[in-house]
Amino acid sequence: MRIIVCVKPVPDPKHWNRLQLDPKTRTLVRKGIPGTINPLDRHALEAALTLREQEGGEVLVVSMAPEDSQPVLKEALAMGADRAVLLSDRVFAGSDTLGTAYVLSVGIERLGEFDLILCGDETIDGGTAQVSAQLAEFLGTPNVMHVSGLEVSPGKPWLARSQIEHGYTLVEIEPPMVLSVVKTINTPRYVTLMNILEAEQKPIEVWSANDVTLSEPWAGLAGSPTQMADLFAPERKGMAEMITGDPKEQAAKLADRLHRLGFC
Amino acid sequence: MEFKFSDREELLRKTVRDYAEKEIPPYMEAMEETGEFPVELLKGMGQMGILGVITAPEYGGAGMGALARIVVLEELGRVCPAIPMAIQVHHMCTYALSTWGNEEQKKKYLPPLCKGETMGVVAVTEPSGGSDVGGMQTTAKLDGDKYILNGRKCFITNSHHADTWVVIARTGEGGKGLSAFIVENDFPGAKAGRKENKVGLRGANTGELAFNNCEVPKENLLGNEGDGMTTAIQDIVQCGRPGMAAVALGILNGVLEQAVKFAGERTLYGKSISKLQAIQWHIADIYADLEISRLLTYRVGWMIDQKINCAAESALAKQFACEAAARSARKAIEIHGSYGIMHEYAVQRLLRDAVVTIPAGGTAEIAKLVMFRQALSMFGL
Repeated sequence: MRIIVCVKPVPDPKHWNRLQLDPKTRTLVRKGIPGTINPLDRHALEAALTLREQEGGEVLVVSMAPEDSQPVLKEALAMGADRAVLLSDRVFAGSDTLGTAYVLSVGIERLGEFDLILCGDETIDGGTAQVSAQLAEFLGTPNVMHVSGLEVSPGKPWLARSQIEHGYTLVEIEPPMVLSVVKTINTPRYVTLMNILEAEQKPIEVWSANDVTLSEPWAGLAGSPTQMADLFAPERKGMAEMITGDPKEQAAKLADRLHRLGFC
Repeated sequence: MEFKFSDREELLRKTVRDYAEKEIPPYMEAMEETGEFPVELLKGMGQMGILGVITAPEYGGAGMGALARIVVLEELGRVCPAIPMAIQVHHMCTYALSTWGNEEQKKKYLPPLCKGETMGVVAVTEPSGGSDVGGMQTTAKLDGDKYILNGRKCFITNSHHADTWVVIARTGEGGKGLSAFIVENDFPGAKAGRKENKVGLRGANTGELAFNNCEVPKENLLGNEGDGMTTAIQDIVQCGRPGMAAVALGILNGVLEQAVKFAGERTLYGKSISKLQAIQWHIADIYADLEISRLLTYRVGWMIDQKINCAAESALAKQFACEAAARSARKAIEIHGSYGIMHEYAVQRLLRDAVVTIPAGGTAEIAKLVMFRQALSMFGL
């Protein structure tokens, strides 16, 4: 089985107190903030590694990011991926979700056939949750989002469990496919010290725009249809109010408050 | 000179930090209350490679070296210093077995120690004192195909949880009359005795090991007869003191985090106390202590990996970092005011933990003696 995991390097949440917004470029200033694997992508990678342990095959990690993101891909290799490809070029810089999905798709086309592409449902920095669906569209495969479980039986359609608001749907699906996962799908493994040493033997391939076939003009800031109108940190208003009493009293006070506010 | 960590060490730090932050806190309250090490953590730390960080891969370790070990201990200590206290002594056991053990001994004892199936200890200190290794009184007498050990070791970390004990005992007269033995905790006549009730590092269990006609098979002699002094001293220099310095680094990390956090949150006179110069100077002092301790300790790790003699540097790192941890923890308590001496705030525990590091693994005075001798040797004296 050939599984590709799309991984986005994001600013490590442990250092978010140091994050700044650049009002001119309307982007996050990531310089000096250590990167890490987007948390849900870590779950996607864990799902891929578990599947490889069950079914055999290989796990490839693909990312579109600046070249200094290599330590993040090294971490993905240390978690157990077999190979990593970093799509990195000035031409790709400033891509919106469409541009990102497009660049990932041309990179994946160069990698050849696959059974499964796994993504995290969304990232903790952008949070658009669009890339997996766009990627599936570019690659012409089915897509299921919010996946919290995957059942693979050889010779049968796969079963993907997709979370919805009040339950889940079970989707029968045949490979190749693009799935994006939610955190309840698994608990990602720790990187062990032995894994860190093994990862040093696994190279990271860096592909520029010249290494892939860009037949559409969607890569980079110029090719991205999204125009950022503004970017700002919301003002903290500190409106929390603690409701006291036993659970019954609290429920009554809350219902009364909601009623007065016109909600019920 | 290169003062930057490699990608390997950065990833190592990140992964151990992730592990420590998630896995250790659920045990900390019970550790403080009971004074017991959470042995449930050993298996996970074995799988992570933490227990075998300095052991060669052919014996189940990661073989990453002394500098990597310091990073591992520092990150564990940032969350809970008692954990690396216990683990650093476990490492002293694996170091002794790796360095002086024969092939059979290494194959038998190292893999379970690296996996966390067993816990290790090195026992040198006796009731008569730990600094005076030559004055040791525990005896080992050869009787046919076994040695008979008699005596007591005290203030031994991991005493009541360890399965594999490296014990130094007297087989002859003088400094050359000491030998090292591998003792299993269920050998006839071996017994963990009194449990100590320490003020700090409470989750690292400390107590006595007693030998009452303890029968140790002859093949469990570690190295040669008469090598015991070298085993004890080298294990302390190469493993014990750098390990204690790394525990202190962990404490210093915790102290700085707590100090900065509290100073930022606490408001007095209508503004954050971090705006007050008195508080700023305390934080600057803590920061300086952390950074100086890091440089000294990482250098020792690097020197060990380069196989450079570092007896004085190891003593300096240990003595400075442990005293810096105690000094800084006190400053952090001052920043906290009365909150700092309440059990709800971590700084009081960090001070208690720091104070315990000072005599552990060799007193500050013994470390200074080593430094004094080094200083004289620089002038041919």
